[in-house]
Amino acid sequence: MVRKVKADPKGVLEGPHFMDGDHALAEGALAAGCRFFAGYPITPSTETAERFAERCPEAGGLFIQMEDEIASITALIGGAWGGQKVMTVTSGPGFSLMMENIGLACMTETPMVIANVQRGGPSTGLPTLTAQQEMMQVRWGSHGDYRVIALVPDSPQECFDLAIEAFNLSETYRTPVFIMTDETVGHMHEKVVIPPASEIEVVERNWYTGPKDQYKPYKFGAENHMPGPMVKVGDGYRFHVTGLVHDERGYPQATVEAGKINITHIIEKIDSNADKIIRFEADQLEGAEVVVVSYGITSRIAIKAVMDARKQGIKTGNFRMITAWPFPEKQIREIASKVKAIVVPEINYGQMVREVERVAGGRCKVISVNSTGGAVHDPSEILAAIKEGRS
Amino acid sequence: MNQNANASFAQDNPMSQFLRMERMPHIWCPGCGIGTVVTAFAEAIKKSGLDLDKIAIVSGIGCTGRTAGYVKLDSFHSTHGRAIPLATGLKLANPEMKVVVFSGDGDLFSIGGNHFIHAARRNMDITVVCVNNFTYGMTGGQMTPTTPNTANASTTPFGNYEFPFSLPFLADACGATYVARWTSLHARQISASIKEALNHKGFSFIEVIAPCTTLYQRRNRLGDGLDALEYYQNDAEIAHGIDTREVDIGYQSKIKIGKFVERDKPTYLENVNQKYTNVLGDEYQLYGKTTPEKEAEAKAKAEAAAKGAV
Repeated sequence: MVRKVKADPKGVLEGPHFMDGDHALAEGALAAGCRFFAGYPITPSTETAERFAERCPEAGGLFIQMEDEIASITALIGGAWGGQKVMTVTSGPGFSLMMENIGLACMTETPMVIANVQRGGPSTGLPTLTAQQEMMQVRWGSHGDYRVIALVPDSPQECFDLAIEAFNLSETYRTPVFIMTDETVGHMHEKVVIPPASEIEVVERNWYTGPKDQYKPYKFGAENHMPGPMVKVGDGYRFHVTGLVHDERGYPQATVEAGKINITHIIEKIDSNADKIIRFEADQLEGAEVVVVSYGITSRIAIKAVMDARKQGIKTGNFRMITAWPFPEKQIREIASKVKAIVVPEINYGQMVREVERVAGGRCKVISVNSTGGAVHDPSEILAAIKEGRS
Repeated sequence: MNQNANASFAQDNPMSQFLRMERMPHIWCPGCGIGTVVTAFAEAIKKSGLDLDKIAIVSGIGCTGRTAGYVKLDSFHSTHGRAIPLATGLKLANPEMKVVVFSGDGDLFSIGGNHFIHAARRNMDITVVCVNNFTYGMTGGQMTPTTPNTANASTTPFGNYEFPFSLPFLADACGATYVARWTSLHARQISASIKEALNHKGFSFIEVIAPCTTLYQRRNRLGDGLDALEYYQNDAEIAHGIDTREVDIGYQSKIKIGKFVERDKPTYLENVNQKYTNVLGDEYQLYGKTTPEKEAEAKAKAEAAAKGAV
């Protein structure tokens, strides 16, 4: 059951601000009720941790700088079962280190928010330069089958807004939610308006309220595969949590049948509710010859190319993914059935374009405008692809 | 065993208050030392008088890592090596909990070594119990960071040529404020130590040397569990307060046991609260005060207000 309440004013720094995306993430988390942050410094994400560290004494929260990213993500699992809303932030190398315990969080259905301020990779790569190279890693990076929710802000304002949204989704679906921002959004300063606490709706944790002896940490096979309520340590439920395949009691069950029930649940609770989770912005899709599908900072560049194309008489639609995962399959499929081409610019060598191609299924051309990272596109590259798509 | 016998076994077992009897039988081999340590842990909790609802146990992966799954407390079976950061998160998010990490030597000191040294450095208020059987049991007897030099393991089939960690020395050097070592022969002492550790303020570490009969004992032709206990009886020497630089363990060498370190130092959370109180003064609300503390404070305030009114 999803229960919405007004934000706790202690975490809400109401008013207009001039701040960068990294800082806005921290403010969004505080507004959403996050009071525990475990992190490790890494460029270009560190400012979020710094901001949280500075703000949490007055907000009644706790920041801890852990010894590495593995410790940070694992401390979040403890923090969440300790009863708090929890968050960490990182970038490529740290994100790779977190992968195993992201799996543990998915398996144990532990709500948390993980922001990845993407920089150029692989390896140490381009620490201070922008990229969108972990769009597939966020989806597939931990071993085994699972699903995630990943949001992609394109501005500091949206970093704030989507941080709240991420916490709300993570509590609703009891799952890690990712904010896949990037160095450019993370470091660019823009106006960020933080509304009063009374105008911010936050989803409370779905706390169990039934009889103590009947509590089970998990619920499989509910309507729409929605997860069951949670308790926290110390409340006398004496529950067990494991990364092994488990039954509703949380006890390990090393059988094919138990695995089927457990894994189906963690996948279907996202897949069955994809329509409720997916967010996007679409503009002039009707009658479009070509549609540009983009996300994050790239959408800020793409819009210039779209406008230039329209000026030149090319009917061009614009589709901005706000949710990268679950992928907006229905929307892209519908676009693919009506247009000559879909153009997909992204600051990687072609990642989300694979999803577009899969969903388009040959119904239209799919043109990847890729890069090796480090800089945003020149709009003319995208415009050229739009023209190529129309021809 | 028929169903009724099972039921009465579960009901009548003196450990039934502490164990998830529905999960028995456990996976541990005959002669294994882990069960002794779990029993000592249960005894310690019983004697401590602590509320079982306010104790959480966190394990990593491995034979000892299965402990969390058997103990009837709020319990977490985490990933390999990560019990300590999970425990850190639990403790900080819910400071009124007593948090105990219960895991093995490979888990805590190889893959998890970094977390151990930092939790000790911070004087995080948790208790770490390490069952040190000198080997990776669950994966089949490989060398660990505590395998004594020259001992045989499946990955050092001609004898171990590495130098092992001396765990009490490591813990001491990193800032642990309570350090003890026993063997699984010393059940009562383990129990007394765990009880002390639970009531100790700060990072407490208890190492328990225990036999892995199936792998370490067998590979090294050291006999069964009873032979291991005989070795402990003959060669373990109580040396309370000894300098931890002198407690190395060689292959079948003498083993120094006892309480080596007990010191008073502010915990991580005490430092957090002290710092912010100094900086922010009355504006700062202490983070994570336990319920009795909060109640006492509210009571004191009410009394002061009542006095003021008179």
